[in-house]
Amino acid sequence: MATPIKDVILKENAPVTILFDKHIEFLRDYGKDDNNFEFGMTDYLRVSGMYWGLTALELLDQTHSSPQEEIVTYIKNCQDPETGGISACLGHDPHLLHTLSGVQILAMYDRLDAIDVEAVVKYVKSLQQPDGSFTGDKWGEVDTRFSFCAVATLSLLKRLDAVDVDNAVKFVESCMNFDGGFGSRPLSESHAGLIYCCLGFLSITHRLDLVKRDVLAWWLCERQLPSGGLNGRPEKLPDVCYSWWVLSSLTILGRLHWISGEKLKKFILACQDTETGGFADRPGDVPDPYHTVFGLAALSLLGQAEIKNVNPTYCMPQHVIDSMQLSPQILRD
Amino acid sequence: MGESSSDESDTTFQLYKDRREWKDVTPVPQDDGDQPIVAIDYTEQFKDVFDYFRAVLQSGEKSERALNLTKDAAALNPANYTVWQYRREILKALNKDLNEEMDFIEKIIVYNQPKNYQVWHHRKVLVEWLQDAAKEKYLTETVLAKDAKNYHAWQHRQWIIKTFNLYDGELEYIDSLISDDIRNNSAWNQRYFVVMGTTGFTEEVLNREIDYALSNIKVVTENESAWNYLRGVLLHDKCGLSRNKKVTEFCEELYNSGNRSPFLLALLVDMCSEQVSQGNEDPLYNLERAKNLCNELSEKYDTVRAKYWQFMAETIEKKSKKEESQVEAEN
Repeated sequence: MATPIKDVILKENAPVTILFDKHIEFLRDYGKDDNNFEFGMTDYLRVSGMYWGLTALELLDQTHSSPQEEIVTYIKNCQDPETGGISACLGHDPHLLHTLSGVQILAMYDRLDAIDVEAVVKYVKSLQQPDGSFTGDKWGEVDTRFSFCAVATLSLLKRLDAVDVDNAVKFVESCMNFDGGFGSRPLSESHAGLIYCCLGFLSITHRLDLVKRDVLAWWLCERQLPSGGLNGRPEKLPDVCYSWWVLSSLTILGRLHWISGEKLKKFILACQDTETGGFADRPGDVPDPYHTVFGLAALSLLGQAEIKNVNPTYCMPQHVIDSMQLSPQILRD
Repeated sequence: MGESSSDESDTTFQLYKDRREWKDVTPVPQDDGDQPIVAIDYTEQFKDVFDYFRAVLQSGEKSERALNLTKDAAALNPANYTVWQYRREILKALNKDLNEEMDFIEKIIVYNQPKNYQVWHHRKVLVEWLQDAAKEKYLTETVLAKDAKNYHAWQHRQWIIKTFNLYDGELEYIDSLISDDIRNNSAWNQRYFVVMGTTGFTEEVLNREIDYALSNIKVVTENESAWNYLRGVLLHDKCGLSRNKKVTEFCEELYNSGNRSPFLLALLVDMCSEQVSQGNEDPLYNLERAKNLCNELSEKYDTVRAKYWQFMAETIEKKSKKEESQVEAEN
């Protein structure tokens, strides 16, 4: 039966070094380009978009050049006075995804004082369901992504005590599959992005004891393809964002060394756009801030010297996590 | 992210600001603050529709024209969850025929936005309101026919099967997907979902599922999904991974035929590991064989994961020493 493995082939002239200055230029100018219609569509993910771009700049040690005060004011204005949640953009309804992104940016700037912290806590608390799960907004979509967003947000605000953590853990545990991975809901297919969310959740709540460590780490290693890139599920194409999700998961499990870091690095570097800067999902595709931050963060975990250390649980600069005295659980030998 | 697309062709689109029936409404432009951090260049149509949408949102108007406006707004930006929320509020307020809405969202899901969280959520809420899941299997099948691994479609399908107890015929459907693409991991996962939701792994079902996995492994021996499924099924075998005769005989035969699929070797390693940690001295599944297999894997058949195989060899060796010292202590 002709069912070859899905993968890409890296071109010989693909970039092999990090295009440092190009990326800074790309991140600074993103959205300024009048022809960039794609970005015009993205008001509904603006605050998260800002988190990707600003985190990427910080990892490149370039935060000083971004208009911090304006950003802080913008996020402050996106906090909904009624529910306490943060919306993607002024005038939209609040959502847990953007609430986390907003809190992450403010934490990075040490400006959590700008928002009503207790109101955010109240908002997150209101989204927890009787089975321990969280919905993303008041309309009730349940997903393990939101379990992560909830505890990440609360831990950055030092208010993890505000929700029923044991019950939240039970729900995440119920999403563990026979292959050791996690899906969005009980018995949903294992998916690297959701595995990251669940491991991040268990790292923050210090319950990594529940994980089938080596079974899961092996499944994660199996995501590496001959090109060096990582996919998110069996038989899918490699994608730079999975470099982050798989790699951060392996780091949390203390098994980063099980894959070939060298081959992965080659794949990630090949996804850089040599003309515009930025990283794309795969070599030759259009770059965007989302794949750029995850590409840089993955390179950071692989020990790339020019990039600041990133924390595998929060996807934030390690120095921020340290200065906040947060200590998410990481398994080590 | 999708392209702008409304039902009507864009050339015939009349801007809301030019429509007589909207003269009474003052559009509300996007407020990006005094100094926008990111300049956004909207198309004229996009700006027009959303300026009016914001006006309606602010005034709380729930009318036919507002419902149509949300349709245009959703078509321009289906991922904007505020639009969908407001649309549902209008549907409720006007007591609209929800079956029409089902047809509308079905078209968007199938032709436009099969990977968008908001449209699937909208569909789910409608099914809940109607308490009617008659069309859902067909809808997900249409989407999966185009992309058999669409996570949203599988999630929706699992939800309706579980909520409305629609397990009948699901194994046959999965079978057809697996015969189309034997490596379809989503379909393999769905098989597990169905067994868990119906019979559970009774002895009979366990046997049937082992046969199913093995017969598919025989067709493509380097298929991660089928091997993973086999391991998942064996979790329910009281004798463990390494004592199911059907499985061990299959594996040994495959190995002896010269097959060196990394997944076969990996299972053999784990069988050895299980026997060693139980302190048995099995002629087939022992430390020596585990070490040889790990060597072969790290040097020849799965070099990219060499570190993992070295770790496995060391772990099994440690287990065997621990067992030895325990036996000595007992003697």
